[in-house]
Amino acid sequence: MSAPAMGTTKTAHSDVAPKKKRGPGALATAYLVIYNVVMTAGWLVIAVGLVRAYLARGSYHGLYYTIEKPLKFFQTGALLEILHCAVGIVPSSVVLTGFQVLSRVFLTWAVTHSVREVQNEDSVLLFVSAWTITEIIRYSFYTFSLLNHLPYLIKWARYTFFLVLYPMGVTGELLTVYAALPYVQKTGLYSVTLPNKYNFSFDYHTFLILTMVSYIPCKSLSYPPQYTTDVQYYCSWVVPRIKYILRPFDILSNCSPILHFKSLLY
Amino acid sequence: MDTLALEAKANGQEKKSSAPRPRPKPPKKAKRIVYFEVEIVDAKTKEKLLLLDKVEPTSTILDIKALFHKSNPQWYPARQSLRLDPKGKGLKDEDILQTLPVGTTASFYFSDLGAQIAWGTVFLSECYGPLLIYLMFYFRLPFIYAPKYDFSSSKHWVVHLACMCHSFHYVKRILETLFIHRISHGTMPLRNIFKNCSYYWCFAAWMAYYINHPLYTPPYYGQQQVKTALIIFLFCQVGNFSINITLRNLKCPGSKVKKIPHPTKNPFTWIFALVSCPNYTYELGSWMGFTVMTQCLPVAFFTIVGFVLMTVWARGKHRNYRKEFRDYPTLRSPILPFIL
Repeated sequence: MSAPAMGTTKTAHSDVAPKKKRGPGALATAYLVIYNVVMTAGWLVIAVGLVRAYLARGSYHGLYYTIEKPLKFFQTGALLEILHCAVGIVPSSVVLTGFQVLSRVFLTWAVTHSVREVQNEDSVLLFVSAWTITEIIRYSFYTFSLLNHLPYLIKWARYTFFLVLYPMGVTGELLTVYAALPYVQKTGLYSVTLPNKYNFSFDYHTFLILTMVSYIPCKSLSYPPQYTTDVQYYCSWVVPRIKYILRPFDILSNCSPILHFKSLLY
Repeated sequence: MDTLALEAKANGQEKKSSAPRPRPKPPKKAKRIVYFEVEIVDAKTKEKLLLLDKVEPTSTILDIKALFHKSNPQWYPARQSLRLDPKGKGLKDEDILQTLPVGTTASFYFSDLGAQIAWGTVFLSECYGPLLIYLMFYFRLPFIYAPKYDFSSSKHWVVHLACMCHSFHYVKRILETLFIHRISHGTMPLRNIFKNCSYYWCFAAWMAYYINHPLYTPPYYGQQQVKTALIIFLFCQVGNFSINITLRNLKCPGSKVKKIPHPTKNPFTWIFALVSCPNYTYELGSWMGFTVMTQCLPVAFFTIVGFVLMTVWARGKHRNYRKEFRDYPTLRSPILPFIL
């Protein structure tokens, strides 16, 4: 859901000195500023569209249709971030960013767009609003970081709002996929059955279920990086203490069945 | 009598003196062996882990690792990486202490490579898995396909042929691992066994499911397609085997001298003129043959993924060859002649 911020993020907890990374050149910085400004503006348009539509209609339902086009455009535009990481102007892992962006794009196109019946669901509004607020804060955070003028408010907002928005987004996504399941099974959307010339089969329904299951480990592992320093700090405090507690059990590792097993290892 | 006795005494003494008395050897000038002092420091925390004094200058890195293992039993030698520089390359086990660019006090940086496992164990488990898994699907064991197909046999002869080819490939690989391959590193990280086994086993299950499926569709061009693909497959298998034999014959057992492989009398090795790692080329060829023979999309995916991985390995090996040998033939490419 996010790539680490541009510029250094030294937290009070990190003991390891941050590696000196060569920042992007002037042209790349200008391009990135423009990109982030455009994305902030785009998501603001979506936010404003949602609010206006809600005020006009007086209800939550069917708001997806009002912002369908800008949502698709700007969420798909986030694919450029993978390119930024691959080229190196953003110091982030291609795999991690790719995974996060592709999961968003998958939900936008392969679930919400493809299965029309879910577009009226409230869960769609749940994740769209979560994404909107998150992305506005995130892109403005990057813009200000690139310009080396980060207001504390944005940094605070990014840290704090994530605690609510991240689970909110994940819940909305899961509910939407769950709502799409019966329609996919009925129509056999994107599915291929045997027998066929290529001896291949694919069941989109099962694939969606597996996606939902994988959300639990994947989404908790790709938790926003500003929390990974907290996790690292926690681990560096807790793990030695666990090892200390487990030290008496080390003698077990030298008893004969375990030694025999070890000999198979090396 | 006295004189006789005296004579006898004299003779005796003479004898004594004439018998070469082992002269005490002159005190040997003690050869000045300069003992080394070895300090082992943790590469990350820079904390001093061990100080060894009176280390023989002719001892190897492996001896030092063994000494370190004695004091820290949880780090067996295969798990240790000793370096001269915290960010440098690990020193080889057979490097001798006095040939290293250190003074008489050597300081080595230690890093833990993690739990290690013998390469043979990994290779064998990653080959036995697909062999058995494919056969499970071939014999249509229960719970895989619908119950009415349990233990039935496919009516297409290409399915039987595919089973034979697949099994032959993995049996060949197992035999090569046992008798032919010579790998320089004795061990690899433990997580490799999980990574490699899940890759091979999952793909084997995926392929085997479709090829042995009751609703399998034989290749579009029928006999012609299957026969051509079989020839390609066998050709590449023989080629791969020849390359492995050639690579084995390059090294004498126990020697760590690296040599450039060259084409031999065997026509299958003539590809060495164009390619650095023809074993990967032939492996790719075998799997492409298998794909065409079965006309199965999962097999095609496996071939593509395997090709990407092997290209990465081949390029790494090619780079190492070029770095190590100044006169490495420039015509050779890593895996595909002239292309890659």
